Amino acid sequence: MATRMKAKHQRLTLALLAVAALIGAALLAMSALKDQAAYFYTPSDVGRDHLAPGRAVRLGGMVTKGSITKLPDGVTIRFLVTDGAATVPVRFSGIVPALFKEGSGVVADGRFDATGLFVADQILAKHDERYMPPQVAGAMHKSDSIETGPKAKALK
Amino acid sequence: MHRFANPARFLSIARPLTAWFGWGGAVLIAVALVGGLLITPSDYLQGQTVRIMYVHVPSAWLGMAGWAGIAAASFAQLVWRHPLSAVAARAMATPGAVYAAICLASGSIWGRPTWGTWWEWDGRLTSMLVLLFLYIGYIALANSAGKDAGGQRITAIYGMVGAVNLPVIHYSVLWWRTLHQGQSIGLTSSSIDRSLLWPLPLAALGFTLLFGAIVLMRMRALLADMKVEARMKRLATA
Repeated sequence: MATRMKAKHQRLTLALLAVAALIGAALLAMSALKDQAAYFYTPSDVGRDHLAPGRAVRLGGMVTKGSITKLPDGVTIRFLVTDGAATVPVRFSGIVPALFKEGSGVVADGRFDATGLFVADQILAKHDERYMPPQVAGAMHKSDSIETGPKAKALK
Repeated sequence: MHRFANPARFLSIARPLTAWFGWGGAVLIAVALVGGLLITPSDYLQGQTVRIMYVHVPSAWLGMAGWAGIAAASFAQLVWRHPLSAVAARAMATPGAVYAAICLASGSIWGRPTWGTWWEWDGRLTSMLVLLFLYIGYIALANSAGKDAGGQRITAIYGMVGAVNLPVIHYSVLWWRTLHQGQSIGLTSSSIDRSLLWPLPLAALGFTLLFGAIVLMRMRALLADMKVEARMKRLATA
């Protein structure tokens, strides 16, 4: 009986050590991935990382209020994407998702041209984590919630 | 804990518990669906698509909880060698995989009108897809590794190693910039308005009970299979 108990304890120690090693390895891998696994660049990254024109990148941030303008051809829009610290101009021809609007989150696929304009070939709307009925939203929306919310602060 | 590791005692408890879990889960899910589909208001931005949440979020939780259960049972199997823990881990794999698949499918259906895309390779979506693949791998391994102690141990090690993906899924929206929104529901607070939130815990509890009922059913089936096999073997050698 005594030897059986000992074997059990040995297995328990071994298994706990294996779990600890596993967690350590996973944490190392994740911290190494940290920058590579980001789904998009923010406007601040763009200024810092000097993304080469013509390279396919994804840009994410908030659509600046009052910045969406329609060009005369009727299908092209221009707007500004900001993360609070930096701003990037974007041009896009095509259909935008229903939730794409000023003051809310956006992720654009595309590339920079030589002048620093981001030419998007796909626009995705980024939804935030707040869910509420229209009546509640009507009362709250007067204050500029998304740009001043905890998410925007966390981005900086 | 050890008292219930005896298969005979387990069966005498599992039999009535299966019905309680199954019916309890069915009632809770019915209430949550009526609440979520008919009573709660629509969302100010998403409109009616917000109702997908009542299926999507509990499925995501249960898909992850299923693997946490596999990992815990695998740990118990490796350390204490209970015959029942290997059965429990195997029984959790299929319902867990189905929940993960429901989570991915419902999320995709929600993403098309909300984000404008069915699928994007961001951190949250990719790590959840990896979970589904881990489940499929687990099921294949459990079926092919054999029922001897060695084969079961390999399956258990895989079950424990796969748990590494769980914190990755959970923290993906915090560690990395993702298309998927951040966490709405914390332990003490939620950014979902109360009028929209209330069916969600009911659905989550209902999905959990249903998961429990299916796991108990599958454990009983696996135990019955083992009994049949043992008897056949005895007959063949007699």
